[in-house]
Amino acid sequence: MWDQLLNGLVIGNLYALTAIGITQIYGVAGVVNFAHGSVYMVGAYIGWMAIAWLHWPLVPAILLVLAGSAAIGLLVERAAVRPFARAGSTILLLTTIAAGLIMDNAAQIIWGPQTQALRSPLPQWQFKLGGGTVSFLDLFILAAGVGTALLLHLFLYRSRAGWAVRATAQDREAALQMGVDVNRVSSLSFAMAGAFAGLSGLLVGLYFNNIYPTMGASATLKGTTAALLGGLGNVPGAILGAYVLGITEAFSVEWLGSSFRNLMAIVLLIGVLIFRPNGLISARRALNPEPTAGTFIPHGRPLRFPRWLLPAVTVSAMALPLFLSNPYPLQVLAIAWVFGLMAVSLNLISGTTGQISLGHAGFVTLGAYASAILTSRLGLPFSLSLLVSPFLAAAIGVLLCYPALRLRGQYLAITTMGLGEAISLIALNWEGVTQGPLGISNIQPPGFFGYPIVSPAGMYLLAFAVLLIGVWVVHRLSRSHLGRALRAMREDEVAARAFGIGLARYKSIAFGVSAFFAAAAGVLLAHSYSYIAPDTFTFALSIQVLTMIILGGRDNAVGAVAGAVILIALPESIRFLGEFRFILYGLLLIGMLRFRPYGLFNSAT
Amino acid sequence: METILELQDVNTFYGAIQVHFDLSLSVSAGEITCLLGGNASGKSTAMKAIFGLVRPRTGRVFLAGEEATHWGTPRRVAWGLRSVPEARRLFPYMTVRENLLMGAYLRRDRRQVAEDLEKMLDLFPRVGERLDQVAGTLSGGEQQMVAMARALLGRPRILCMDEPTMGLSPLWVDRVLELIQTINRQGTTVFMVEQNARAALQIAHRGYVLRHGTVALRGTASELLDNPLVESAYLGGKVI
Repeated sequence: MWDQLLNGLVIGNLYALTAIGITQIYGVAGVVNFAHGSVYMVGAYIGWMAIAWLHWPLVPAILLVLAGSAAIGLLVERAAVRPFARAGSTILLLTTIAAGLIMDNAAQIIWGPQTQALRSPLPQWQFKLGGGTVSFLDLFILAAGVGTALLLHLFLYRSRAGWAVRATAQDREAALQMGVDVNRVSSLSFAMAGAFAGLSGLLVGLYFNNIYPTMGASATLKGTTAALLGGLGNVPGAILGAYVLGITEAFSVEWLGSSFRNLMAIVLLIGVLIFRPNGLISARRALNPEPTAGTFIPHGRPLRFPRWLLPAVTVSAMALPLFLSNPYPLQVLAIAWVFGLMAVSLNLISGTTGQISLGHAGFVTLGAYASAILTSRLGLPFSLSLLVSPFLAAAIGVLLCYPALRLRGQYLAITTMGLGEAISLIALNWEGVTQGPLGISNIQPPGFFGYPIVSPAGMYLLAFAVLLIGVWVVHRLSRSHLGRALRAMREDEVAARAFGIGLARYKSIAFGVSAFFAAAAGVLLAHSYSYIAPDTFTFALSIQVLTMIILGGRDNAVGAVAGAVILIALPESIRFLGEFRFILYGLLLIGMLRFRPYGLFNSAT
Repeated sequence: METILELQDVNTFYGAIQVHFDLSLSVSAGEITCLLGGNASGKSTAMKAIFGLVRPRTGRVFLAGEEATHWGTPRRVAWGLRSVPEARRLFPYMTVRENLLMGAYLRRDRRQVAEDLEKMLDLFPRVGERLDQVAGTLSGGEQQMVAMARALLGRPRILCMDEPTMGLSPLWVDRVLELIQTINRQGTTVFMVEQNARAALQIAHRGYVLRHGTVALRGTASELLDNPLVESAYLGGKVI
C-alpha cells in the first residue's frame, strides 16, 4: 500500500514534467502539442548517448539533455506551429502530430528501432521507509519534479518573462497591446517545455532502464491526461493531475494487474473529457471558447472531371487483373483500395461533418475483431460476417462515441484518440474473448459459398467491390438531406442547431456510417492477414488515413481514394522511400496544410 | 496643431471581404478625437489597423510623422501607443496589481512606475481597494477603470480606447467620460472609437463618422453634435 503510493508519487513526478510543458504550450499557443512526447523521446536519447557513449556523469548529461531538447522544442515551434499561428487550433493539432511522426521515425532511422538499455550512473543504494523501499533514483526524481515545479512557479510569478507568458496565455491580443512580443513568448515556452520533456524522458529511461523510439506516444497521452485533469493551461493543476494519474495507475497495477496501467489512464482521460472537460479543480463547467465551426481548415470544391473519366477509370481498374501477370501491383492496389475505404469513411466525419477524428483505427480494430471472433468461434461464413461485423462494430462504436459528441475541436479529437486507444487496450485485456496479447490467428481467408479467395486478383476485386459500395453509399448520403445537415454542422454548430439539427444525433449518424465502412475495411484486412492482435491497427494508422483525406481533399470521395492510392502506392513503387514512409506522411501533412489545405483534388472556393 | 497619428488611404480586408475603403483620418496631439459609427462600420478594425493587429492591404500609417505601416504591434506600443481594448480585455487570472504592472511591461524605470501606480490609485480610488483581487471577478465598470489605469501606466503618447462605454451602466458611462476628460486635460492625447455618438461628442474635440468603411462625416465635436446627418449615418438608426 505504502509502496504503491510511493511508486505513484515517483511516476507522478515524471508525468508532471511532461504535463507542465503541455499545459504551458496550450496556454500560449492554444494547442495540445502532440509532438511533445517525441521531444521527450529525443531527450532520452540525448541523455543515453551522453551516458552510454561518452560516459558522462549524470549532471552534465542532464544539462546536455535540457539544452538539446529545448532546441528540439524550438524547432517544433518554428516548423510546425509558428507558420500556422493564425490558422486555428485544429490545424495546429495536425501539424504537431506530423512533427511528432517525423521525429519518431527519424529516431528509428538514426538510433535503430530496437530498445536500448540505459543504466543509471547513480549510486545503487536504497533504504526502507515505512514498509516501502526508496532508491536514490526515486529521491532524485522527486527532487527533480518538485524542484522544477518550484522553479517554474518562481519564473511565472516573479520574473518579467514569466508575467509575459501568463499574460499571453490569458489574452494573447491584449498582451500584444501591452508590448509583449508574443512570438518570443511562444518560442520561450516551447524551449522550456522541451527542456522539461527531455528531462522527463531521460529520467523515465533511467527508471525503467531502457528507451525506445516510440516511447513518446505514451508520454504525450499521459501528459495530456494529466494536463486535462488539472485543466488545460493551468500549471499547478497539471502537477496535481500528474500525481492523481500516477497514483491511480500505481493502485490499479496493484489491484488489477500491470496490463491495466494504460487502460486506467485512458479511462481517466475519457472520463475527464466527458464529465469535467475543464479539469477537476475548475469551477466553470462550460468549455473554453473553441471555434463553433468544426475544423477551421479551409474547404474547397471538388475538381470537375469530364463525365466519362470516373466510369472509365473504374472499368479499367476492374479490368486490371486481366492484363497484369505480376501479382505484386495487384496486392499493393488491393491494400490501397482497403485504405481508400477507410479514407472515404473517415471523410464522412472529418470532411463532411468537419470533426477531426484521431481514432479511426479503433473502428477498424472493432470490425477486425468482430469478424475474427464470429468466424472462428461461432463458425459464421465470411460472406455473412462481412455484413454482420460492420453492423456490430458501428453499434459499439456509436455507443462509445456518443457521450463525447457534444465536445468540439481539439477536445473531440483527443477523445477520439483516447477511444481508439481504449478499443485496442480492451482487446489486450479481455483475454477470455480476444486472447489478449496473443491475438487471434488462423482467421479463415475471405470467400463466398465455400470458395475461398486466395489469389491476388481475387483479393483485389473483392477489395475494389467493397470500396465501390462504400463510395456509392457515402456519396448518396452526402448528396441527401442528411449530407446537408452534416455540412451545416461543420460550418456553424450554433446556427445548425438553431435550424433544428440535433447535433449529437446527426454526429452519431455520421460516426455510425463511418464506423460501418471502417469496420468493413477491418474485416477485409483481418481475413487477408489471417492474424490480428491488439496492436495491428494503431494510432499511426488513424493518422495515415487522416493524411490521405487531407492530401486528396476533404468532403471529396474521389480525392480520398486518390489520396489512399498515392500514399500506399508511392512508397511501394519508390523503394528507398519505404523506410522514410512515415516521415513522408508527416512532411506531406505539414506541406499540404501550409500550401494547399483544401487538398489536391479540391479547388479553392 | 501637430498631427500625431495618421491613417492614409487605408484598405483593409478580412479574406475576400473589404472592411475599409480608402480610410483616412488624423489625430492632433493633445486632443480627444473620436471615431463614430454603427455596427460593422469598421471602427474596431480601424483600431486594429492602428495597432498593427490587422495589416492593411494598401495605405499607410504614420506615428508623429514617422511611417509605421510595417511596424509590428510591440514596436508601436514601444513608440507610445496604449490601448484600452474593446470589452476591456483584462488578464482575467491576474490580480489587479499585476494587470496594472503589465501596462508598464516595457518600462524599465521601476521607481517611476511605482510612483505612477500611486498616482493611478489617486485617479481611480476604486482600483486601490481591489489591488489583490483577481481581475476576472471585478464588475464591468471596475474593469474599465483598471483597463484605463493599465494603459496610462505605460505613459502613452496616444491613449486609444475602443468603445470605453460599452456594457456600462449609465452611472458608469458618465464617470468614465469624465475620467477621459481628466486624463486628456493632464496632457494625454486620446483617440476613442465609440458607438455612443452623443456621449463621445460631449467630451471630444474632433470627430469622424465612419460608414461602410469610409469617412462619411468629419468635423469638430460641436459641428457634428448639431449635424442631423450624423444620425442618418448610422444605418438609418438614430443616435442614442
